[in-house]
Amino acid sequence: MSAGLELWLLVAACALATFAWRGAGVLVSGGINPNSALFSWLGCIAYATLAALISRIMFLPVGTLADSGLSHRLLAAALAATVYFAAGRNLFAGVFSGAAALVAITWLVHGG
Amino acid sequence: MREALGVPAAVLASGYIGFGALAHDADFSLPLTLFSTMTIWALPGQIALIELRALGTAAPALVLAVMLTSARFLPMAVTLLPLLRHPSYRPWHYYLAGHFVAMTGWAVAVRRCPTLPVEQRLPYFLGLTIALWLACLVGTAAGYFASGSLNEMVTLGLVFLNPVYFILILGGEVRHRLGVLALLCGALAGPLMQLLTPQWGLLVAGVLGGTIAFGVDRVWRKQ
Repeated sequence: MSAGLELWLLVAACALATFAWRGAGVLVSGGINPNSALFSWLGCIAYATLAALISRIMFLPVGTLADSGLSHRLLAAALAATVYFAAGRNLFAGVFSGAAALVAITWLVHGG
Repeated sequence: MREALGVPAAVLASGYIGFGALAHDADFSLPLTLFSTMTIWALPGQIALIELRALGTAAPALVLAVMLTSARFLPMAVTLLPLLRHPSYRPWHYYLAGHFVAMTGWAVAVRRCPTLPVEQRLPYFLGLTIALWLACLVGTAAGYFASGSLNEMVTLGLVFLNPVYFILILGGEVRHRLGVLALLCGALAGPLMQLLTPQWGLLVAGVLGGTIAFGVDRVWRKQ
């Protein structure tokens, strides 16, 4: 089997493995009462998983973010939240000032 | 629709610019890289695919690892789909919508759908997420071609947009006690479980954090 075809099959297998969760979710959602305890428990798991993923990226990043300091990331995130609320819950202002702050802090600390 | 789309699309597409550059550096072809965005449609899973492949991980272990990063889609689909159901749609419509369940579109849709008439929600969700999907395909290609010319600092800013966006949208918009509890428990469990078991960490953190939040809320409600 050529290396190219093998990679395509690998990506396709990852896509099927990912869709398995989505398909199962659609299937389960058909027979579940949105006012039931089971539904609200699954909602908790959805929110907790997203929070876990984001918190992991903040505290234990891999790749490019791992080159920045934890305190710098936390400071930039706090600034983003401050700008977001100060600008009347403006996502654009919050998100982009957060990213700009991390770049600026990292640049200043590492001596640009 | 337009006001709902701008910031999420910019943030998510920026993440995919980073992914495109990563795929280029890992010697993936452009069609294959775009194929992964089209079909996997989950940035953490796609990044795991590229990184594990570069490490020479065996195919079954790699697929399992990607699958574990995507387990969140089950509870996310279960909580979103009941909002979208209407007698005029067929089952395959829901499975199509299921493919587009991913963090960014889900977070927008669970907030917005309850304010829309029921029969408009499925078209709204598909329109929103397919627009995000197209923006991210463009982002993937842009990152693929820009790889090498992207300055380290620019890349740092791009990859930080995504976590900041979710901190603001989750922390700023979730008001009910149960949601706040689930976010706090998940945020605590995430890094802890990652240290205990890197491969299963996210799955365990989500189930454990969500269950603790659910239990605490039950106890408080009884008092």
